[in-house]
Amino acid sequence: MAENVTPRVRVPSSAAAGEVITIKTLISHIMESGQRKNSDGNLIPRSIINRFTCDFNGQNVIDVTLEPAISTNPYFEFQAQVPEAGTYTFTWYDDDGSVYTDTKDIAIG
Amino acid sequence: MTKTVLKGAITSIAILAGAGMALAEGGLVINGDLELTTEAPAADHLAGHLTTVYSGWVFRDSFTQAMEMDDFDNPGMLFVDAGEAMWNEPAGTSGKACADCHADASESMAGVRAVYPKWNEAAGEVRTLEMQINACRTENQGAEALKYGKGDIVSLEAYISMQSRGLPMNVAIDGPVADVWAQGKEMYYTRTGQLELSCASCHEENYGNLIRAETLSQGQTNGFPVYRIKDSVLTSASGRFVGCVRDTKAETYKIDSSEFVALELYVASRGNGLSVEGVSVRN
Amino acid sequence: MKFTRRDTMLMAGGVAALSALPIRALAAGEEEIAAFTGGAAIAEGGVTLTTPEIAENGNTVPVEVNAPGAVSIMVLALGNPNPGVCTFNFGPLAGAQYGSTRIRLSKTQMVTAIAKMADGSFAQASSEVKVTIGGCGG
Repeated sequence: MAENVTPRVRVPSSAAAGEVITIKTLISHIMESGQRKNSDGNLIPRSIINRFTCDFNGQNVIDVTLEPAISTNPYFEFQAQVPEAGTYTFTWYDDDGSVYTDTKDIAIG
Repeated sequence: MTKTVLKGAITSIAILAGAGMALAEGGLVINGDLELTTEAPAADHLAGHLTTVYSGWVFRDSFTQAMEMDDFDNPGMLFVDAGEAMWNEPAGTSGKACADCHADASESMAGVRAVYPKWNEAAGEVRTLEMQINACRTENQGAEALKYGKGDIVSLEAYISMQSRGLPMNVAIDGPVADVWAQGKEMYYTRTGQLELSCASCHEENYGNLIRAETLSQGQTNGFPVYRIKDSVLTSASGRFVGCVRDTKAETYKIDSSEFVALELYVASRGNGLSVEGVSVRN
Repeated sequence: MKFTRRDTMLMAGGVAALSALPIRALAAGEEEIAAFTGGAAIAEGGVTLTTPEIAENGNTVPVEVNAPGAVSIMVLALGNPNPGVCTFNFGPLAGAQYGSTRIRLSKTQMVTAIAKMADGSFAQASSEVKVTIGGCGG
């Protein structure tokens, strides 16, 4: 597991049923591109988060494939429907096999 | 030979001066509700040099500016989170965390960032915030000193700095710090390196103008620690000083040298009146 | 003198890049585009791609895509060593076919977004981002 990987997620705590909300996510990750060389002149191997997903009560909101051109500390902003009260689940997949998750509950009202 | 190079450098700056970017309109408002002072009347000691001081935020493009205007869009906050965890985590042989002595940082650390670097009576020296953090670690926590410039010490500095966000920089320049401050001032106006540039060459005489494709700021430190997009990590003022002096093609002082303490005190005092920004975003 | 020479070289470089771009772009992104579209024709319009005209630093460039009716949107940076950037796939609970992120651009280049619509058609939009080189160690 890559060091010090911590996600941050912003979801409103409540919304009206049927409303569309904006979600923002940020995760600390170096996103080593595989293009850089170390001080010895050797290529530093690629090490990135290659996939990010957001689901709500088991249904998919967005599923993003990431390439090395995504900046350090990957940031995403997108929009989601709020059909009912429930939980958004956020998942980041690392090249090294690690999986990072975070969840946010949303209430109707 | 040296003279030719120097002349070339000055000519470039002079030509580029005409292309200086307009200063941004509007203010720095964080999360829609906290307005920070990014433009203030210069402190009395700057009479004859500057009439107005500007935060580095003013000189950045609208995207970089926007990244600082919302704590979620500011990647520096990842490091503030890490600093908060350090604050509460026991360290060293004492088994004590910062929080064990200083309790709630939002009370105990409020205002601290705004007055650093400052005189430490017991130690008889001027201390930067990084020095004070390390003194606390080695003397009180029984923990190892941290390396300056980036990494853990800057995360902790960022968390402490956030507790003063919005307060005006108010660094003392007289009394016991007067000699160190004067040393810093002399350094600020002394040309160094193969490019023979002083801090003032860029940050006092040419702020707002372009150096190559980059708009020069006044080099204020009120925004530190800074999340530099270029590096994608947080940098402290001492870390930035090393880079800046290196860019004049000079042998730099050591990051923990007494010279940089003097310079950090003097440069901080040039920003008196500007808001502490907590954790800023620059290019 | 020094400035003038550099200026001239920059301009010459710009011209060279312009004339070389279409050929290199095709070669660079061809594989990714074919994999995404299956060789189908791509229309212009129907996709909004928002990028800054000038990026203060190529390490972090904001990119926003919006394509009402899309099932997925692929973003390409054709001047990068690897042209792929990311692909947004929209699920049933997407509130809009919209995504925003921050990307790396190795130099001044075209950024392209290709949307796959629900009816199987494709649409694209491109915009140029100028990447500046900083004065201070940049």
